[in-house]
Amino acid sequence: MKKEKINQKARLLARHLRPAAPAFALGIAASMAVTLLNMAFLQIVRFTVDAVLMGDVSSLPQAAEGMAPDRLLTVACLLAVLVAALQFVAGYLQDSSLPKASERFVKSLRDALYTHIQHLPFSWHAKNPTGDIIQRCTSDVEKVRTFIMDQVLELMSTVFLIVVYMIVMFTMNVKISLVALAFVPAVVLYSVAYYRRIASRFTEVDEAEGALSTAVQENLTGVRVVRAFGRERDELAKFREKNDHYTNLWLELGSTMSTFWTMGDLMSVLQILSVILLGVSMCVGGEITVGTYLAFIGYTRQLNWPVRGLGRIVSEMSKVGVSLDRLLYILESKEEERPRTVLRADMHGEIRFENVSFAYEEKPVLRDVSFCVPGGGTLGILGETGSGKSTVALLLSRLYDPTQGRVTIGGVDLREMDQQALRRGVGVVLQEPFLFSRTLEENIAIARPDATHEDVERAARDACLSQAVSEFKEGYGTVVGERGVTLSGGQKQRVAIARTLLTGAPIMVFDDALSAVDARTDEAIRERLREAAGDATLILIAHRVSTLMGADQIIVLEDGRIAERGTHEELMAQGGIYARVAAIQGIGEEAAACGS
Amino acid sequence: MEADQKRASFSLGPWKRLVPVVKRQHRVFLLAVAVNIALAVTDFYMPLLQSEAVDAFILAGTLEGLGLYALKYAVVAAISLILLRLYFKFCMEIEMKDGRDLKEACFVNLQRLSIDYYNVTSAGHSLSRVMSDTDRIASQIAWNLPEIVWELAYVLGVFGVMASISLPLAMTLIVLTPPVAFLTVFFQRKLIELNRQVRAQHSKITAGYNEGIMGAKTSKTMALEDRLSGEFMETTARAARAGIAHGRMRAIYVPLVVLCGMLAASATLLRGGRMVLGGELTLGVLSAFMTYALGLFDIFRMMARRISLVISLQANVERVADLIDRQPTVRDSAEVEAKYGDCFEPKRENWEDMRGEVDFDDVSFTYPDGGEEVLSHFSLHVPAGATVAIVGETGAGKSTLVNLVCRFFEPTGGRVLIDGRDARERSQLWLHSHIGYVLQSPHLFSGTIRENIRYGRPEATDEEIEEAARAVRADRVAAKLEKGYETDVGECGDRLSTGEKQLISFARAILAKPKIFVLDEATSSVDTQTERLIQHATQTLMRGTTSFVIAHRLSTIREADTILVIDHGKIVEQGTHESLLAKKGVYYALYTTQLRGQEKA
Repeated sequence: MKKEKINQKARLLARHLRPAAPAFALGIAASMAVTLLNMAFLQIVRFTVDAVLMGDVSSLPQAAEGMAPDRLLTVACLLAVLVAALQFVAGYLQDSSLPKASERFVKSLRDALYTHIQHLPFSWHAKNPTGDIIQRCTSDVEKVRTFIMDQVLELMSTVFLIVVYMIVMFTMNVKISLVALAFVPAVVLYSVAYYRRIASRFTEVDEAEGALSTAVQENLTGVRVVRAFGRERDELAKFREKNDHYTNLWLELGSTMSTFWTMGDLMSVLQILSVILLGVSMCVGGEITVGTYLAFIGYTRQLNWPVRGLGRIVSEMSKVGVSLDRLLYILESKEEERPRTVLRADMHGEIRFENVSFAYEEKPVLRDVSFCVPGGGTLGILGETGSGKSTVALLLSRLYDPTQGRVTIGGVDLREMDQQALRRGVGVVLQEPFLFSRTLEENIAIARPDATHEDVERAARDACLSQAVSEFKEGYGTVVGERGVTLSGGQKQRVAIARTLLTGAPIMVFDDALSAVDARTDEAIRERLREAAGDATLILIAHRVSTLMGADQIIVLEDGRIAERGTHEELMAQGGIYARVAAIQGIGEEAAACGS
Repeated sequence: MEADQKRASFSLGPWKRLVPVVKRQHRVFLLAVAVNIALAVTDFYMPLLQSEAVDAFILAGTLEGLGLYALKYAVVAAISLILLRLYFKFCMEIEMKDGRDLKEACFVNLQRLSIDYYNVTSAGHSLSRVMSDTDRIASQIAWNLPEIVWELAYVLGVFGVMASISLPLAMTLIVLTPPVAFLTVFFQRKLIELNRQVRAQHSKITAGYNEGIMGAKTSKTMALEDRLSGEFMETTARAARAGIAHGRMRAIYVPLVVLCGMLAASATLLRGGRMVLGGELTLGVLSAFMTYALGLFDIFRMMARRISLVISLQANVERVADLIDRQPTVRDSAEVEAKYGDCFEPKRENWEDMRGEVDFDDVSFTYPDGGEEVLSHFSLHVPAGATVAIVGETGAGKSTLVNLVCRFFEPTGGRVLIDGRDARERSQLWLHSHIGYVLQSPHLFSGTIRENIRYGRPEATDEEIEEAARAVRADRVAAKLEKGYETDVGECGDRLSTGEKQLISFARAILAKPKIFVLDEATSSVDTQTERLIQHATQTLMRGTTSFVIAHRLSTIREADTILVIDHGKIVEQGTHESLLAKKGVYYALYTTQLRGQEKA
């Protein structure tokens, strides 16, 4: 079970690393070259000190024998310049390839997430809070990127560095290498232990920050409530408590961290000092040359930082598991089935619900509902919140499948139809429609990019939106949504109506789509709707009687069952739920009042 | 949002405005700078100390005095460790305390700012000022400024020491400095620009996810999945290109600085080596020079990075300074504040009781963001206990009167009188403490249902809370939940439906026992039958309370004492239900609208 999970994670990483592989390999090779060249540079310095400055010719290669020290020095320095130049090239390859690999990896992962999310079923979206999903797609993806590009790479290059340096140092002198390297495991173990210990405290600090941020956010969004109840003082006290708590947690953590750093520094000081003392005495005793001594000091210094970073990397690497799990949760969720059959129904045909029942998470929502709407007809559905009236729209565009019974259009079961064609044929306007962060024009034309400006204007006119648009400075070019102008609920609903009208879909469903517009606009839209929709079949869902009363047929849903059905007059005459709701909304009486 | 910001030109003005807040930590800051200078001294002394070992022992061929040397090394190292520890402590303290104080200064002013600010500023925008802008400023002040001092001191110290030991050798390094400095400035500029593009692309990706996830239901119903995925892939491709371009520029720059260091070291080796051969220089000093040469230019790079970070802080500083300095448009005068106290320190002992009589006396009003005058020379007497209904189309206008009664805005002409005295003669808090307010989009705080209702009156007993809940049928909301009144409603109450939130915020307002009651489409998402029940209950409960009711559904306001009809943002009719119907004007039209469809049918 556990192993399976790990395999899954590895597969995920491998899949998205594939497009990054060439750049990744080049980057790793280059970074190894950088390490080797760095080491070579110190070897040249060592050779220069010993052979040229100290006159120890024994270490000279044959070709150089008999050369004057001055020439030797020049040659050595030219060699050093060559190494430096090579290192520049390797450094460039390393620093340009790795970001490339990183970007390609992340692009592949992001695209996979986005596309997958788009194809997850409606029920998945209904169940999972959007904020959490966005969090996963942004910060968890960043964590995985950091893991691959920083942690794994740094671990590899640090290990490579230690191995290379160890070999070189042991070749130069075993005794002094033992002393210099003895500190490495100690430093690594110490820092691993430390990071393990403070990991939980970092979580605590993060939580405190989250709590502080939430307090501010709630204060800001609830500002009218705070003011209207005169509670500024309590709000400040609440804020202050959280702010102080967060600050103090950090200060405590900071104190622990500084102890850790001081200890780490102490270890490296002791390390260098022991190398100096041992090196000096060995040098004086003639066991090693000055050049070797200087090279050792250089290597010890260069090992210091990477080794100290190792503890952090090792302890942070374990965190990626959580992020991968969170991404796998999305990627392993099953995509919605998209039957691509050739079966196309006549979308202008009759819509039938045949003994349809639907349960959501075991709870029955619709029970044994049957009705039919002839092509081009208008059906009204009335019901209180929770009566199941919105489910009708969801079933019709096959965002859900009925648990029992079947839905047909033009005699064809929805389950046998091409799903995309079905959805294009059924235009649904939701009660809380979503507008994309683009201009009004683009929003209205979103499902019909080929529409002309005149088409857009006409749809807007039919949705009683033109007036509102003309009040914006940039008219149809006004950017709305998340990063633009915030529209009122009623305006959003009208944009959504225009957007659906523009598609010219043969079936249009308005799911409480006029709830946020005032009665007069509601009426104006209804008047145009029938005409604007052409020969489309209309389904109007509402809890406002006035919205429905013009329909050819009205059904009243109660607790998922059809409680009443008929025309407006028939239902009013029945004196049931419909008539009662109409009375509360002041419709029956006024009819009388006006008639007189 | 901040990604598209233009390059702000650097100016000290906004920085100065933060000084009063940041200045509280000035002693620690000075200590941090002092410690850092001392650290720079020990840091550039270390290579010299190491070179001493070469000259004094290895070249001299003796171990005499090695113990003393070790002791000296240990003392210097110990001093450096202590300094480092202090440095860390001081900087941490500056960062956290400056951050805390800046956040508090922002928050305090946010409590004072008037509603017009909130109408034009999104919560997310203000939140990022309070949380992230302040954090960035604090961490830059705490860590970067002292570090720049360290770098300057180190570089100057190194040059000084080198020049004093061997001027010709020092010249090798000094000569290389201007080109390196030039390269640094050049590349930093480019990198900042490229980095800005990377961040801009990044925020587009986040926006893309927002759309793809929040709009998933909509895109499904319209079968837009494939098209949106395609667009998103274009966005990620652009982001990848920006990231790669940035990486490539950095890939030239960083190794270039390293190259300069190595070239400097090679030149030092060549020139210094000749000097050693000629007996003008000891080997130890040469090795110290090599250490300096290898590290010096990297310090240039870090210094340039820090300076550019501080400069790029300009935008954050401006945003925070703007928030801290901004003055509320509705303010209590000094005399009023002296008598009634401010919103944090109220002087309740001086507060009068309120009867709830409201007068509009020749009031004119224009919203601060310009536009038409929405009220002109409007007068209305509302006796205590009366009900005023405001009806009309969706859009601006209906909330204006309420905004004036609540003093969220000040009239541009004329006066609003409360109990016969100008509202400006008493404090905002006094007024607000007597108002009960229920909004169409209700706002709850995270916490339990009970805590949310209690928000209306903190000293209320549990019985009073439950009584208020029963009155508006909010008890049914509680009863449906597993923990009843103790159920956590989630962040901003998002575990409840809009209708349920409306009921709870209704209970909260009732509990406050207000003298003025404001209902702004308070039950728009509650079903018709429940709405009717609430209406009856509140009529009894709120007897004697002045009410302002904004409503869509005309059936709910028939009994109001005065009905104001708003059309295109202006009051066009005023009267009782009967008198307005008789007039056969806008109200009549609105009222009969619902019937027309029927006549046709």
